Amino acid sequence: MKKLSLFSLLMLVVRRDLVLAMRRRADVLTTLIFFVMVVSLFPLGVGPEMGMLRKMAPGVLWVAALLASMLSLGRLFSADYLDGTLEQMLLAPQSLSVLVLGKMASHWMVSGLPLVLMTPVLGLQFDMSIQAIGVLILGLLLGTPILSMVGAIGAALTLGLRGGGVLLSLLVLPLCIPVLIFGTGAVEAVTSGLSVSSHLSLMGALLVLALVFTPWVTAQALRISME
Amino acid sequence: MLEVSNLACSRGDHRLFSDLSFALYPGQIMQIQGANGSGKTSLLRTLCGFIIPDDGKISWCGEDVRELDEAYFAEMMYLGHLNAIKDELSALENLRISAGLSGTELNEKDAVAALRRMGLRGRERLPTKVLSQGQRRRVALARLLVSDARLWILDEPLTALDVGAVALIQELIAEHLARLGMVIFTTHQPLEVAGMEMRSLSLS
Repeated sequence: MKKLSLFSLLMLVVRRDLVLAMRRRADVLTTLIFFVMVVSLFPLGVGPEMGMLRKMAPGVLWVAALLASMLSLGRLFSADYLDGTLEQMLLAPQSLSVLVLGKMASHWMVSGLPLVLMTPVLGLQFDMSIQAIGVLILGLLLGTPILSMVGAIGAALTLGLRGGGVLLSLLVLPLCIPVLIFGTGAVEAVTSGLSVSSHLSLMGALLVLALVFTPWVTAQALRISME
Repeated sequence: MLEVSNLACSRGDHRLFSDLSFALYPGQIMQIQGANGSGKTSLLRTLCGFIIPDDGKISWCGEDVRELDEAYFAEMMYLGHLNAIKDELSALENLRISAGLSGTELNEKDAVAALRRMGLRGRERLPTKVLSQGQRRRVALARLLVSDARLWILDEPLTALDVGAVALIQELIAEHLARLGMVIFTTHQPLEVAGMEMRSLSLS
């Protein structure tokens, strides 16, 4: 029998999780609808004053994206844990970190990417300029994968705990503060005519850092949770 | 070969077993016996590396499994209480994915052949949520057919299976032993493998 290369193992996990997500569409839609609802409630709640809406738009969108990604993190490993697939993953003779990276990637595609794609429409509700929306999308593209990856550590640590969902948010949200600060900072910079490159480069650096460390840390956390 | 020396394991404050030593050589089969709660599953999970033993050593071909890590996982296969199959996926997809996770690429033809041998002809492409409990177990057990692992660790492989399937599993185990494989398992049902001496280990 042919041995699987690490890359095809990664693709196998991503494809599997995407197929599962497509056959359980309700889970995917809840995250997206939650995001749209929360963001849309703000203009209704604070009133139609354009200046204020423009000013709060990046913060509102980013916080909503953060909360929406928390919502779906609990499911990242729990289904596999309950039906025993996770045991088999831990016994994978290739790299558990690669498996975990695959799960993070598909989690982002299912719960992060739709939020990014939805952002231009929601940005218009806040009367954001095209430029600001562009930077916001760039920031979200760099930042939402970090949320999935850092969140995966929390999801692995709280696996199988009662009330794990709340604990997960308490663990992960503080770690996501830098992403929030740089993401909103970039949009504020562009609206006041400054360069956005420093904010986005820092965000890129965080992304690279997360890519290198989080799969391994999550893999270790999973081994601890399985004991 | 698998060698266990002076193994001790506890769950919480309760000591399940201690000073447990045995060796399993190629072509041998061993049944773990004991009452409910005597630590059979814990022993098997310790052998898989899920549980870190309090004391003692497990070695595979002379090397500690904790150091071998992934090289050991390539040589063994574990089948637990949980079937590790996804309700939303078909039997075929489940089998190919679990083969992929254990590092081998399984083509569709071989996967269908394995499922048919497990008595699932005509059900290969149905989502597993419409299958019965016994049929799901058969899907999980089909992994035995497509794996080239030398050590099989089977936790209650016969639950929910009918007489025909039990005979089939006995046949598979006999084939595996004839290939100089090793099997360590627990069961509460009688399981006999023709022409093989069944070693047994009692936990109390």
